[in-house]
Amino acid sequence: MSDAKGQMLTGAQALVESLELAGVEVAFGIPGGAILPAYDPLFDSKIRHILVRHEQGAGHAAEGYAMVSGRVGVCIATSGPGATNLVTPIGNAYMDSTPLVAITGQVNSTAIGTDAFQEADIRGIVMPITKHSFLIKRTEDIPLAIKEAFHIASTGRPGPVLVDIAKDALAGSAIFKWPRELDLPGYKPTLKPHARQIKAAARMIEQSRRPVLYIGGGVVKAQAFDELAQLVEKTRIPVVTTLMARGAFPDSHELHLGMPGMHGTVAAVGALQKSDLIIAVGTRFDDRVTGRLDSFAPNAKVIHADIDPAEIGKNRAVDIPIVGDCRATLAGLVEQIGVPPQADEWRVEVGRAKARYQPKWEEAPDGRLSPQEVIQRIGQISPDDTVFVTGVGQHQMWASHFLPHERPMSWLNSGGAGTMGFCVPAAMGAKVAEPDRVVWGIDGDGCFQMTSQELVTCALNKIPIKIAIINNNVLGMVRQWQKLFYDERYSHTDLSTEHLPNFPMLAEAMGCVGMRATNEAEMDECINRALEINDRPVVIEFVVNKDAMVWPMVPAGVSNDEILVARNMAPKWEDEL
Amino acid sequence: MSTHTLGVLVSNKPGVLTRISALFSRRGFNIDSLAVGPTERPEISRMTVVASVEDDSALEQIVKQLNKLIEVRKVLELGSNIVCREMVLVKVRADVNTRSQIIDVVNLFRGKAVDVSPESITIEATGSTEKLAALLEMLSPHGIQELVQSGQVALGRGARTLADNKSK
Repeated sequence: MSDAKGQMLTGAQALVESLELAGVEVAFGIPGGAILPAYDPLFDSKIRHILVRHEQGAGHAAEGYAMVSGRVGVCIATSGPGATNLVTPIGNAYMDSTPLVAITGQVNSTAIGTDAFQEADIRGIVMPITKHSFLIKRTEDIPLAIKEAFHIASTGRPGPVLVDIAKDALAGSAIFKWPRELDLPGYKPTLKPHARQIKAAARMIEQSRRPVLYIGGGVVKAQAFDELAQLVEKTRIPVVTTLMARGAFPDSHELHLGMPGMHGTVAAVGALQKSDLIIAVGTRFDDRVTGRLDSFAPNAKVIHADIDPAEIGKNRAVDIPIVGDCRATLAGLVEQIGVPPQADEWRVEVGRAKARYQPKWEEAPDGRLSPQEVIQRIGQISPDDTVFVTGVGQHQMWASHFLPHERPMSWLNSGGAGTMGFCVPAAMGAKVAEPDRVVWGIDGDGCFQMTSQELVTCALNKIPIKIAIINNNVLGMVRQWQKLFYDERYSHTDLSTEHLPNFPMLAEAMGCVGMRATNEAEMDECINRALEINDRPVVIEFVVNKDAMVWPMVPAGVSNDEILVARNMAPKWEDEL
Repeated sequence: MSTHTLGVLVSNKPGVLTRISALFSRRGFNIDSLAVGPTERPEISRMTVVASVEDDSALEQIVKQLNKLIEVRKVLELGSNIVCREMVLVKVRADVNTRSQIIDVVNLFRGKAVDVSPESITIEATGSTEKLAALLEMLSPHGIQELVQSGQVALGRGARTLADNKSK
């Protein structure tokens, strides 16, 4: 459709026209009763619609698309169960601030509230996990709602927006008008940081002696990579990147100390603990980063820059708050800082910890592959611009430590929500956005079985992603906790994946190439073969040691000073930091 | 714990009250009272929220989280220089012997009788929380049969309005 302005359109036509005008190129979804009118004009639209196998897959695919491209991801579902199946990805997008617009059909406006067939109050259900939500009952309200939804999802702190549209609004007709203005008097995100705050922060940074840049996902959302690199070059301040910010600053940089938090590196965790100034940018002092708050970085002053004022001071008291876009904030700091802080000794100190306590692993006693080795090898063999996507659990932490994080927007995972099943559909969405790049999903055997059916979608739609199943037969992260904190009582964490399913056969049945690697020679061979295949998805099952554990680790509920580099083994702080 | 009164201007759209009460419940904020009604502008409703908080940072979180709601246009902690009122309707047991005593008490509190029957009298009174509590205490020996109380509504004193304040 084009130039429909001023014409009489059905609500469904107006919806598709509005989506096109909002710049949508791809949508992931499944039709059903209430959304059915919308699928008729969608049939003729230039929007590429990808028919998924489960609405959860549509949501995560839209997230993967958004995370790798920076554009708004779009998913479509029908009312009732179609809509409730979107709840998990909507919640996931909310926790990780991913721009997402979810469009759901709703029963006829006259039937709302009657417990009609496939009725669910999806707007009410997702209210606490959306940035905003609309329930549209009138045809003429559709274009404005779509325009506002994309604006809200993609500006300020990004997030998911739901547009629930009653079937009779889709079926009705109205003159199409693409609104010029938005009607959002209560929505004015602060983008430009206050100059006075930037100056005060610059002075505090100049005077610090043990500063750390604590970089979060906001820097990725703002695409402030150049500004961050300039700030580090100018100030020589050590950097830590959170799980959501891996790749925002290259791992290979000498001042990069790695990921902080519960499974962070000793250097990153230690540097925050011992710092005198934390410069937190686009991050939110999440409990997985801080551990016990009252003992987190006890001697540090805090400069906290974020686009969401509600994050500032929420968990940790702040000395200098800066509300604004990360990019403008970092650029402002580069401009305002005169002399770099005198931190030579500090750099030596953190550098020593980094050299001494690199994350590592022990070889498996039974001669099996080590999961860490597999993940590292995939990173080594794959092209530099590969996109890596993970599920949630041990493999995710190892992927954070052992993949090469050199480029921004090449690392997708479920951080805040910890959604198992994220990997396969998110990898699909990423590959749709970036068809020329290799997209590897590093997944666990537990996670994979939650959403693997989207490989059928990938095979049918020629979306050749590569999935590495790190198969240790168990729900590994839960089992690790059982081993450490529940007397090795492995209650219901054995998935028996050595018996079922047969992953290569399952992959083949879904139209993928299926492979299995059980030793180092097969590992390299399979990875290389996977990289040669580009006409369909590939699934490799890597059979690995089930007792491998994620280290370092700060046990839940204790101070980050209690970090362990291996079981019962603490780093020697006195010597190192 | 300290108690604070917030004036909140919101777009007059369906579901906005749900969003605000859901926010309080999800974030674990304590609301003592919440009153909502139309304003001088039909597209805007005004809420008065009375909240109890542990400390200033908890109050700051409430204000910031309210501000994040798209349909919230302005939030202000109104401070102490305000006029605030609640209203109570209370039905008290009363017969020919006690009725005039009750009316004396009610007059002291500048309330009024709005309904009367052979066995009861219904009183309307407005005022601060403390004043209404004092009135109810005086009435209770007569036997309070039923009462209904509104949430608090509040306006800042002086010429400034909530819309004049730069808070968002």
